[in-house]
Amino acid sequence: MAVKKKGAPRGKTSSAKTPLLILSSSPHFHSRVSTQRLMGDVLIALIPAVIAATVFYGPRTLLMLAVAIAVCVLSEYLARKVMQRPNTISDLSATVTAVILTLNLPIDMPLWQLALGCVAAIIVVKQIFGGIGQNFVNPAMTARLMLVTSFGSSFTRYSTPDFMIKHGLVDSVRSLSEVDAITSASPLTALKAGPAGVASAPSIKDMIFGLHSTAAIGETCTIAILIGLIWLLARRVIKIHIPLAFVGTVAVLSLLFSGFDFTFMLYQLLSGGLLFAAVFMATDYTTSPLTNKGKIIYGIGLGVITCLIRFWGNLPEGVSFSLILMNIFVPHIDNWTRTPIFGQKEAERLEKEAQG
Amino acid sequence: MSDKLPSGILRIVENNHGGVSPEHRKNTAGMKETSLPTPETVKIPMQMHIGAPCEPLVKAGDTVEIGDRIADSEAAVSAPIHASVSGKVKRITEIRNPADGGLVKAVEINADEEQKWRQDIKAPEIHSREDFIKAVRDSGLVGLGGAGFPTHVKLDIKAPAKADLLIANGAECEPYITVDDYCMQHQSDDLLAGIAACLKWIGIERCVIAIEDNKPEAIRALAEKIRSEREKYKAVDVMAMPADYPRGAEKVLIQNVSGRHVPLGKLPADTGCLVLNVTTLMFIGQYLRTGKPLVDKLLTVDGSAVGKAQNVRVPIGTRIGDVMEFCGGFSEQPALIMMGGPMMGLALSSPDYVVLKNNNALLALTEDDFIIDKEQECIRCAKCLDRCPMYLQPVSLMRAVRAGDAEKLQELGVMNCMECGSCAYICSAHIPLVQYIRHGKKILREAGGK
Ligand code: SF4
Ligand code: SF4
Repeated sequence: MAVKKKGAPRGKTSSAKTPLLILSSSPHFHSRVSTQRLMGDVLIALIPAVIAATVFYGPRTLLMLAVAIAVCVLSEYLARKVMQRPNTISDLSATVTAVILTLNLPIDMPLWQLALGCVAAIIVVKQIFGGIGQNFVNPAMTARLMLVTSFGSSFTRYSTPDFMIKHGLVDSVRSLSEVDAITSASPLTALKAGPAGVASAPSIKDMIFGLHSTAAIGETCTIAILIGLIWLLARRVIKIHIPLAFVGTVAVLSLLFSGFDFTFMLYQLLSGGLLFAAVFMATDYTTSPLTNKGKIIYGIGLGVITCLIRFWGNLPEGVSFSLILMNIFVPHIDNWTRTPIFGQKEAERLEKEAQG
Repeated sequence: MSDKLPSGILRIVENNHGGVSPEHRKNTAGMKETSLPTPETVKIPMQMHIGAPCEPLVKAGDTVEIGDRIADSEAAVSAPIHASVSGKVKRITEIRNPADGGLVKAVEINADEEQKWRQDIKAPEIHSREDFIKAVRDSGLVGLGGAGFPTHVKLDIKAPAKADLLIANGAECEPYITVDDYCMQHQSDDLLAGIAACLKWIGIERCVIAIEDNKPEAIRALAEKIRSEREKYKAVDVMAMPADYPRGAEKVLIQNVSGRHVPLGKLPADTGCLVLNVTTLMFIGQYLRTGKPLVDKLLTVDGSAVGKAQNVRVPIGTRIGDVMEFCGGFSEQPALIMMGGPMMGLALSSPDYVVLKNNNALLALTEDDFIIDKEQECIRCAKCLDRCPMYLQPVSLMRAVRAGDAEKLQELGVMNCMECGSCAYICSAHIPLVQYIRHGKKILREAGGK
């Protein structure tokens, strides 16, 4: 079980006697959980989504990932260097941001735009605020929104996976536009019309396996995302609270909005990157609340805002905007939801009894 | 596990909020006790308890016998100190207190050949609650689980507070340490006698002996003894608890055993529960039987750098280096020597410190055996919150300490931290949270808060 020591001892070393003894403060044992291990688990959890994206969209997925990882890690390295702070690329958080951002982009995104997004995520959103743990909005999601606003045209074409074209599956995409089946509308656009749009969206089965057109390569395959979720839960990297509250709220509101149309609800859950965001982005440590209660409130907030935007707003980006908006509330949620200290409730009860 | 438990054992299965599961490493469990040969000299510090230090009653050149009272104090919260060897007082000197690095007076005694107890030692006669509390004070007893709070003060529960439940703490949740386990298995008569005396003289109805289930031998031994003499011990029950850390922390234990929460700002005694460590209770029983005051301690000596791990009985005031030597010396270069367990123990700067009343373990670890990773930035993973048995927010405390914000520290309840170390044990960013929190308490005290 011996683990090699990394870095310098945290305590001072006494000079009084040989042998040199370390005067660290208790506890002297550690669970061996580390940021690196947690981020490594997130990367593992992303593998199914990456595989699915590669199968559906071809090797360009891997090219994009490689570029994104290179740019993110380099940006992080340079930013820390310039700010004269300790190097943090080994904690893998920059790599996680790179993968999540890439999976949130369309397959034909020009590489230079992708690279720009990576620089924005790492330098503007993360490092300027002091690096890991300090940024108040999610780097990947903010970068995606920056790209959407700057290069809108890259996002308007919803591409149909190569895989489907090759295997003659395009027919199963009941696209809105009969003229251009390959650059078809996303299910979400179809659903903008309300429950009536269901008829023109791809089938539920296709949505679950990923056989539908999307705006982002990572959101295709529901099963891949769920495998990732199970891994994250099993490794105790995240808790179920945020994804469940988020998805649950969207489900309930969709049912209410559509007059209990289950198919409409399923489409709401399976499209627009909702599940991917709920599992991989809403659970981002830095930009989500600390307590369980806070996490539930945050998840519900995400669901409500997403639905407001989807049902009544004019923006296509329900999930992204709700995430950024809720990120801003996190410090307040943390303040409202502080758990009472051990014995605090009892003390308050005693006080009440004493008064009356 | 539960199916193997003898009948009549209460078992709680509920999970605590928080806590962690460090490896148990109870290597010395089941070993026979050994005794350290009398050391040449001992240095007995005048402060081995929480409260006022004692003043020496002897001077250089005096001859003392084992059990002689050599120091005492008028203060209410204090405990007398007895000679742990017979011989000649060499001098009154000063040594460092390992806890705060301050100097304390110490009586240095050169041991003689014979090593004899004082002649007039006899079991105390107890007729009243006052007699009992005085006897406990006379024995020099302090909390042997590690706290070192004078036991007679704890027993002297002042009205209107009244205890209805005595909890014998046999959790021993720190890794390595097995002295309580040893006491429960091999000194159960004295333990039960000590419990019976507390119940009788303090006027408590019931006692629960709470033991973690990684000590099945102790559980079985006690349960069988109680069952075989059910009439005598009908007020006593054994309770098995899941073995995780910190089950044995006073507030956690009270909640586990009785379901009561110590209200914020109140004392554990305000819940009607009196918690005493099993070795402390055993000592009460032993003192009532023999009248021999507290002069030696059973210590678990263990760790990857120790030659022969064992439980060894040591006169109080023995140099730690001497104890280590007896236990086979260092098999490898130690990087850390400490008093107590790895979760709350104290790192020592040299083997020249001495064994104190409240010590229960000496550990020496090699460098590979414990992690001293560099502190990284907090990633807000909230693992520290989830593991804090006191429902504190270590991450927020750490940030308030960094900001020097006394008001925030007060609001976050920094003083309620019991420094159990669960948060720092789990912290993904390897932040020494307990160190921050200790500093935070200091900031708040200096700002006049509490
Ligand atoms: S904050 Fe204090 S009580 Fe809570 S886990 Fe950390 S050390 Fe233990
Ligand atoms: S466990 Fe460490 S890294 Fe995680 S929130 Fe607490 S202080 Fe921050």
